[in-house]
Amino acid sequence: MVLTGNLSQLTGGQTEVELTVATVQQLFRELGKRFPDIEPHLRDGIAVAIDGQIFQDAWLEPIPPESEVHLLPQIAGG
Amino acid sequence: MASNEQTSATPEQPELRWVGTRPVRPDGVEKVTGRAKFGADLYLPSMLVGRVLRSPHPHAHTCHNPPPPYPARLYGKVLRSPHPHARIRSIDTSKAEALSGVKAVVARDDFDDLPSELVPAGEMLVNYRDMVRNVMAREKALYEGHAVAAVAATSAAVARRALSLIAVDYEPLPHVIDVRQAMEPDAPLLHEDLITTGVEPAPEAPSNIAKRVGFTLGDTETGFEQADVIVEREFTTRPVHQAYIEPHACVASVSEDDHAELWCSTQGQYVVRAFCAKLLGLDTSKLRVSASEIGGGFGGKTVVYLEPVALALARKARRPVKMVMSREEVFRASGPAPGTHVWVRMGATRDGRITAAEAVLKYQAGAFPGSPVNPGAMCAFAPYDLENVAVTGYDVVVNRPKVASYRAPGGPMSEYAVESVVDELAKTLEIDPLELRLRNAAREGTRAAYGPRFGPIGLVETLEAARDHDHYRASLASGQGRGVASGFWFNIGGESCASLHVNEDGTVTLMFGTPDIGGSRASLCSMAAEELGIDFANVQPLIADTSSLGFTFLTAGSRSTLASGLAVIEAASDAVRQLCQRAAQIWELPEASVSWQLGAAVAGAGEKGAGELRLELAEIAKLAGKTGGPIVGHAQLNVQEVAPSFGTHVVDVDVDRETGLVSIVRYTVIQDAGKAIHPSYVEGQYQGGAVQGIGWALNEEYIYGEDGLVQNPGFLDYRIPVASDVPMIDTVLVEVPNPRHPYGVRGVGETPIIPPMAAISNAVENALGMRFTELPMSPPRVLAAIEAAAETG
Repeated sequence: MVLTGNLSQLTGGQTEVELTVATVQQLFRELGKRFPDIEPHLRDGIAVAIDGQIFQDAWLEPIPPESEVHLLPQIAGG
Repeated sequence: MASNEQTSATPEQPELRWVGTRPVRPDGVEKVTGRAKFGADLYLPSMLVGRVLRSPHPHAHTCHNPPPPYPARLYGKVLRSPHPHARIRSIDTSKAEALSGVKAVVARDDFDDLPSELVPAGEMLVNYRDMVRNVMAREKALYEGHAVAAVAATSAAVARRALSLIAVDYEPLPHVIDVRQAMEPDAPLLHEDLITTGVEPAPEAPSNIAKRVGFTLGDTETGFEQADVIVEREFTTRPVHQAYIEPHACVASVSEDDHAELWCSTQGQYVVRAFCAKLLGLDTSKLRVSASEIGGGFGGKTVVYLEPVALALARKARRPVKMVMSREEVFRASGPAPGTHVWVRMGATRDGRITAAEAVLKYQAGAFPGSPVNPGAMCAFAPYDLENVAVTGYDVVVNRPKVASYRAPGGPMSEYAVESVVDELAKTLEIDPLELRLRNAAREGTRAAYGPRFGPIGLVETLEAARDHDHYRASLASGQGRGVASGFWFNIGGESCASLHVNEDGTVTLMFGTPDIGGSRASLCSMAAEELGIDFANVQPLIADTSSLGFTFLTAGSRSTLASGLAVIEAASDAVRQLCQRAAQIWELPEASVSWQLGAAVAGAGEKGAGELRLELAEIAKLAGKTGGPIVGHAQLNVQEVAPSFGTHVVDVDVDRETGLVSIVRYTVIQDAGKAIHPSYVEGQYQGGAVQGIGWALNEEYIYGEDGLVQNPGFLDYRIPVASDVPMIDTVLVEVPNPRHPYGVRGVGETPIIPPMAAISNAVENALGMRFTELPMSPPRVLAAIEAAAETG
C-alpha cells in the first residue's frame, strides 16, 4: 500500500508498505500496529483507493490479493 | 442544443423506457405556480395544529373555557459584529430582555463550549468547538457579521429594537483578510493556540496557517530538466459567494419536554439534525428536521447558521421562532468560497509532452480552519497523465466568514491556474491547445497525480468532442477570442436510504432523504419507474424528514442521483422481490418460477406456456391486504460505486476595448455524465455550472475596505450573471458509463464549474494578447490592463 502526502510524515517517511490483509478494517488495524502515530488518523477522514476505486468509510470492503491500495483524504463536495 | 437520447439496448441492459428520457419533473407545477414552500414560506401555527406543537396547557381539555390559542410565532434576529476582529469583553442583554415583546435573548453563554476535536458527521469531519463559535461568537468576533447575540420577539420591529439595546463591549483588534498577508510571521493572529499541522517537526509558535498538505509523484527536478519549455505563473482569485437566490431561513419549535422540530432550507436535514443536536445537547431522536424546498445551495447550505440559534431561542421562549437572513447577512455571515493564491510551474518537451508540474496553493479558510485546499491540491493536475508532480497546499485562517463548500470545493481555483498555464504552454509550443491536452490526457489506467490509477474515464472523449464540435471550427469576428479548458471532479457516494411504498391502487410513493436542488426527484422517479416497469407518472416522490427515514447524507458532492439513486434501485428491487413472492403465493407456485417483466409478475417465462400467467403490479397491490399486508421496499446503503467526471469547455468572448467589458459570445460545455438519467437536468447542471463560472471569471468578488469591512454585500454591487449576460449555453452529453453503476451514472453537478475561469481567461488572452492572472476579469481590471499596455506600447 502507498501512503502519500502528510500521512508519510507519520511513518518516518516510509511511503510504501506491504501488508497481508483482507479488508479495509484489517488494513487500518495492521497499519496502526506497525505505525502507532498514524493510528488516530485512520479512524476518520481517510479514504482508501483499492486498485484505483475510492472507498470512503467502508471498513468491511474486501481487499483482493495483490491490490494496490492508497490512503487519501476523504472528499466532500458542494 | 446537443443531446443524447440514448435509450437503446446494450449487451448488458435491456431497452430503457424511462432512464435517459425527459419526463416532466414531479415538482414542476408546484414551483411554477408558487405553491412550493421554501424556507421563509413556512408559517408554524397553521402547520403545527394537529402535527406537533403541543398546547402550553396540558390539561386544557378539562377546562370549561375554550383552550388558549397555540403559541404565536416569534421573530428572531441576530446581532452581528461590526468589527472584522475584536475581543468581546462583555455582553449586556438586560435592556433587550426587559423590552416589551421580547421573549428570549441568547448569546455565547447559552451554548455549551465543546472540545476541539474532529468528529465525523456523515462524510464530513467537523470541529464542534469551531462550529459553536461560528454560530455564536465567544471570546472574539472573528469577522464582520459574526453573530454575537440573538433575540426572539413578537414582531420583527420589536426584535430589531431589542438588538439595538444589547450592549457589547468590544476591544477591536488588527485584522487580516489577504491569504498571503495572513501567512506572514507578524500577521494578526486569529487563534492564539493554532499550531500548523502537517509540518514535521510541528512549529512551536502559533500562526494563521492551520494546515500544510502536499503530495509528490516522481521527481519534478528530473522532469524539469527534461523540459524544453517551462512556464511559471502566479494566480489570484477573489473570494466569491455561492449566491443562492434563497437566503437562509428556518422555523424552530421546542416543546416543554424538549421535543424539537425544525424546518429549514438546507442541502441535508440529517446533517442539520446532527449539528443542532450536538450544539444544543438535544437527543437526536427528539429533534425532527424537515427540509423545505430550496432556492439554491451549491454547497453553501451544508452547514448551520440560524438553525441552532432559532432552536435555542425557541427552547428559551417555548414558542416557535422564525428566522430569515437578509441578503446582506447572507454575504456578511454565511460561507463563501475562499480567495486563493496559486503558483504553478509546468515544463514540456517540444513535441508537447508535459514532463513536470508543481503547484503551491494558499487558500483562505475564513475564521476557522477548514479550507478546501486538500481537494484543490488533488484536482490541480488530475486531467493529465504526468510522471512528476509536486503540490503543496496551505489552509489559512483570515478575518472572513468560515468558508463553506461551493460546487467542487477547492477545484476551480487550482484548475484555473493549471489550465491557464497549459494554454500558455500550448501557445509557446505552437500546438493546438486541445491537441496538447489530448497528448497528455489522463485515461483509464493513468496514475492520478494524487496516487491511485483511474478506472474508465471520459476526458479524451470530451476533448475529441470539443475538437470535432462546429463551435471549435467556427470563425471568430474581429476582436474576439476563443479559449478552452478541462476540469475534473471526484464525485462522492455515501449514506442514503430509500423507501418505496406500493399503494393499493398500484401507484407508488417513493421516499428518500436528499433535498431536490437540481431535478433529483425526476431522476430518482425515472429509475424507480424503470426498475418497476411502471409509468413515470405513477411514482410520486417524497423527501423525508429525519424521523421518517434513516440517515441520508447531504445533497452535495454530485451524489443525489448516484447515491440516493442506488438506494432507490435497491428499494425497487426489494419491492419487486415481494411482488413476485405475492404472485407466486396467489398462483400457488414456487417463487423461483415467477419473474418480473415490464411491470408484471410472470410465471413460467422461457418455458412451455410462458406468459400464460401474468399479474400486473396494480393487481398484486390490490390483493396485498389479503396476501400478507403492505408491500414496501427498503434500502439503506453506504454507496461506494463512485466514478469521477471530466469536462471540457469551449468559449468565445468579445472584449470591448473602450470599457473593458468581456462578453460571452458563445459557450459550449462538454462533459462525461456516465449516463444521463434525465438529460434535461444534466444539461441544466452543465449550464448552471458554466454560468456560475462565468460570474467567477468576470465579475464576482468580495470587495473589502482597509477597515476589513465588506463593501458590496448585495446583488447590486456583487454582480452575478443574469440571463441577459450570457448566451444559450450549448451542452454535449458524453456518456462513458461508470462500470460500477447499473445504468452507468457518474455525478454531474460540480465538474461544470471548474473549466469556465480558465477557458474564459484563455479566450481573453486569445482576444487581447495579454494574460490575466487575477480574477475576476472585471471591466475596471481589464480596462486598466488595456490602458497600461497601450502606455507601454
